[in-house]
Amino acid sequence: MTTRAPVTPAAVAQPNPDELALSGCWTALGMGALDRQLDALAVSRQAQVVVDGARVEALDTVGVWVLQRLFQRLRSDGVAINLRGWRPQFAKLLDVVAQHAAAIPVRTPERPALERIGMATAAALEEIFALLSFVGESALALTASLTHPARLRWRTVLHNIHSAGFSALPIVGLLSFLLGIVVAYQGAEQLRRYGANIFVADLVGWSMLREFAPLITAIIVAGRSGSAYAAQIGTMAVTEEIDAMRTIGIAPLDLLVLPKILALVIALPLLTVYADVLGVFGGMIMARAQLGVGFEEFLDRLVNAIDLSTYLLGIGKAPVFAVIIAVVGCFQGFRTHGGADSVGRHTTRSVVHAIFLVIVADALFSVAFSALDI
Amino acid sequence: MQGDEKVDAAVIEIRNLSTRFGDHVVHDGLDLQVRRAEIFALVGGSGSGKSTLLREMILLHRPDAGTIRVLGADVQSLDEQDALALRQRLGVMFQHGGLFGSLSVRENIGLPLREHTGLDDELIDEIAAWKLELTGLAPETGLQYPPELSGGMLKRASLARALALDPELLFLDEPTAGLDPTSAAGVDELVKKLRDLFGLTIVIISHDLDLLWQVVDRVAVLGEGKVQGVGSMSELAQMDHPLIRQYFDGPRGRAAQPQQAGEKTWNQR
Repeated sequence: MTTRAPVTPAAVAQPNPDELALSGCWTALGMGALDRQLDALAVSRQAQVVVDGARVEALDTVGVWVLQRLFQRLRSDGVAINLRGWRPQFAKLLDVVAQHAAAIPVRTPERPALERIGMATAAALEEIFALLSFVGESALALTASLTHPARLRWRTVLHNIHSAGFSALPIVGLLSFLLGIVVAYQGAEQLRRYGANIFVADLVGWSMLREFAPLITAIIVAGRSGSAYAAQIGTMAVTEEIDAMRTIGIAPLDLLVLPKILALVIALPLLTVYADVLGVFGGMIMARAQLGVGFEEFLDRLVNAIDLSTYLLGIGKAPVFAVIIAVVGCFQGFRTHGGADSVGRHTTRSVVHAIFLVIVADALFSVAFSALDI
Repeated sequence: MQGDEKVDAAVIEIRNLSTRFGDHVVHDGLDLQVRRAEIFALVGGSGSGKSTLLREMILLHRPDAGTIRVLGADVQSLDEQDALALRQRLGVMFQHGGLFGSLSVRENIGLPLREHTGLDDELIDEIAAWKLELTGLAPETGLQYPPELSGGMLKRASLARALALDPELLFLDEPTAGLDPTSAAGVDELVKKLRDLFGLTIVIISHDLDLLWQVVDRVAVLGEGKVQGVGSMSELAQMDHPLIRQYFDGPRGRAAQPQQAGEKTWNQR
């Protein structure tokens, strides 16, 4: 048994110059490319045309629409149209659409390129201003909370430290360990050529402690936690939970943003220390395997080559990165409006913007440190 | 609108239908018939299996036993292609619209046409704009995205998409729920208009007593896994079954009913 009624394609024949004989299924499925064929029909020199619908098997609104378009074109050429042989229900449908077909504006939203560039620029500027004002609001809320520490939601802070910090230990550890291996491995070949094997400790120490550990940690946390913040707050915004919070008299900034900023400011430096340790450990293993530099030798050299300030500079960047990640994630969450689609879009944005800003900040740190000569 | 079909045939025929979710029995030997070109409503309390029945009729859920014939096809024995062909003859308006958030309203309405026909883009846009107008929305609405629309507009846009392929059978899930009285009255009118224009068969799930009294031809009351009563609203109002009485004897049931019933008899005299 089948439900597939055979669809005879719609067709039009012209037995006489002043007669159009239609046949087949004039429906969305049977229409095919007939539309273009109709546009090419040459009946414009006739005074009137008979349209014979006796062999039309089925007719739906798409078919009627196409026919009405044809009729309108013919009428505007001064051709009168006589319908012949149509089934009553088809004739009725033709009538109904004729009343509707009069004017349907199909507006195309195409804007000139210059205007689109302008609108994109205005939107970008608007977002920057909104971000700045969000930073301002958060800073105000933070100072207010820090002057009344009892008002801070410490339980939420601890919960956030656990989810953003402790749970990130495996992935941060593994990746910085691998990064340490890669750095030592890449340097090994060059160092061996100059017989400067022991300097692998300088290489790994400087690069890991000062740049790579803070950066890789920040990037992982931006991907793990920044996106989660945006998605959580974005979903709450879409489901009106944020509005509900405001009407109950809880400031969303206090409950949703401050604990996240504080938690990340605490967790990210700790994660960075952990990444330092595992990165250097990875470098040590590679140094022994490739360059024959033993652990003891390596650590000896590391302590002499790297001073405390290098280590502290690396860790000092972490709180700044933490603020960037938390603020950008929460900001994108609050920018969400509309539907589920918007949540996804803003979550993606939060990650991209956070990583971008973290790297920009890192570059600025490098410039500042070299200017200060530290 | 197929020209050569019998007018009186049953469009939907359900026999001895059973559905279970684990131990929970939803339908237990349910029988139901929907005739061509009628406006048919399913009512019943929460958990009475209305929505499940709807899902089974539109091929989204497979019943455990019994047969469902939709437009002459036994839905359980369909292969992929026949199921697709049947789906193209059904239109469904979901309770929350089910519009795709990443597409504009016009693209939403044009999607079935774009997917299943070889029509020109320009023609599809025109037809989408017309369907939009048919459901009472302004042409500019077509350029907006679903999250920007109000509840009433969303339902109308969803209806416009359901109508895109000129279905023979239209399912409306709670078409007036969450609408203000004016919009709800607009939907009432629209449903009647569609039936009269295109000869559609329309199946509605609704609790809206005004809609039931004014638009619907026949109503089936579901309860305890079966159809407890079928008939026009005035026929149902005469029945004694407790589950049906609940519908008419609540304060809302009484408010919607006597006035209109009274008016009707008055006019007939």
